Amino acid sequence: MGPTVFHSDDLGQTWQEPENGAIRFAEEDGAALERIWQLYPDAEDRPGVVWAGCEPISVWKSTDGGEHFELNRSLWNHPDKEQWGAGYGGAAAHSVLPSPADPDTVHVAMSTGGVYRSTDGGQSWTARNHGISAYFMPDPNPEVGQCVHKIARDPGKPDTLFAQNHHGVYRSDDNADNWVSIADGLPTDFGFVMLTHPRTSGTAWVVPIKADGERIPPEGHLAVHRTNDGGASWTRLSTGLPDREFNAVLRDAAAVDTAEPAGVYFGTRGGSVYASADEGNVFVEVASHLPDVLCVRAAALDGAHDAAG
Amino acid sequence: MGHTMPQDEAQAVTVVVPSLLAKVMGDRRELSVPVDGAGTVAGVLDRLAADYPVFDRRVRNELGEIRRYVNLYVDGDDIRGLDGTGTKVRPGQELLIIQSVAGG
Repeated sequence: MGPTVFHSDDLGQTWQEPENGAIRFAEEDGAALERIWQLYPDAEDRPGVVWAGCEPISVWKSTDGGEHFELNRSLWNHPDKEQWGAGYGGAAAHSVLPSPADPDTVHVAMSTGGVYRSTDGGQSWTARNHGISAYFMPDPNPEVGQCVHKIARDPGKPDTLFAQNHHGVYRSDDNADNWVSIADGLPTDFGFVMLTHPRTSGTAWVVPIKADGERIPPEGHLAVHRTNDGGASWTRLSTGLPDREFNAVLRDAAAVDTAEPAGVYFGTRGGSVYASADEGNVFVEVASHLPDVLCVRAAALDGAHDAAG
Repeated sequence: MGHTMPQDEAQAVTVVVPSLLAKVMGDRRELSVPVDGAGTVAGVLDRLAADYPVFDRRVRNELGEIRRYVNLYVDGDDIRGLDGTGTKVRPGQELLIIQSVAGG
């Protein structure tokens, strides 16, 4: 019965929903909220700031811990807007990445539209897709229109970002001005997941899917691939994963925690959730027979084992 | 309905909601909403929205459109086959709100 945001201040014991909704278009916007794709807390030293990415393509910011969000009208009214489209899952801003190093820098990724960057705290936005392919467009290298599936920021170098595209895996070292392919060494360049390490520069994880038209693990063999050198080389990780698996892993159905070593978690559309306590070297199945897994998040809690939710 | 209804409810529409919505309407499955002769479904929903804003958000989006998986019936007729939220409702009629069945 419509998308809505609940918030909890007691680790999920109780949940509250503001009467008039946390994310709501105004009459003048002429739109209705279809789906909330992303809720993303800002950096640790900006408590209370939470970003949301939504369908229709829109970015929202809360400064009260997610109780109320304000539409970013600069992006909503962007002149590129008529060139944005709908991916298979709908027209959504699915990734919002504020920079921990600079409170004015925010990256957003949308399907379709690609990567947008603001360096003035969201007052203006510029497409930043140079180098990212849009092979499905008449011009395969447009400024706008890419179907970027997920972006993630390097923990140590805030100008370095990683992207899993709709075919294509990329890295940028200049704050998204230019992207270079890092797909060599992967079995396929399609997929949805892109994770970076909580502390170690150059470490990232992807979960390759065979192809746009065949959304299964390559040859039915599910594996996570990790790079420790910014994408120059990749290591296939499948210990503890099933021999045969034909379900895809969606863009937000994967997460890392902040433990040392980092935990890696992901879920499949077949309803299995896998967890690794050692950065992906060994996985164990921690849940099975769930409905298709759309979102996995993990947090390390003081005085407790890691909790995945 | 009708014969035994108290006089004050004779000027009202009876709104019947599913249990999921009753939770945001003071745990009531049936509510009586006063209407004059020229009432519409939108008008009934507006009156309820004033008291139960969460109910309204579950049933209608920001544009005032009935959400995709919610169906409304006036005396058993789906308003999508009538005049949508502009469908007339008279005192004594029933407005039934149910979740539609989506999926396989």
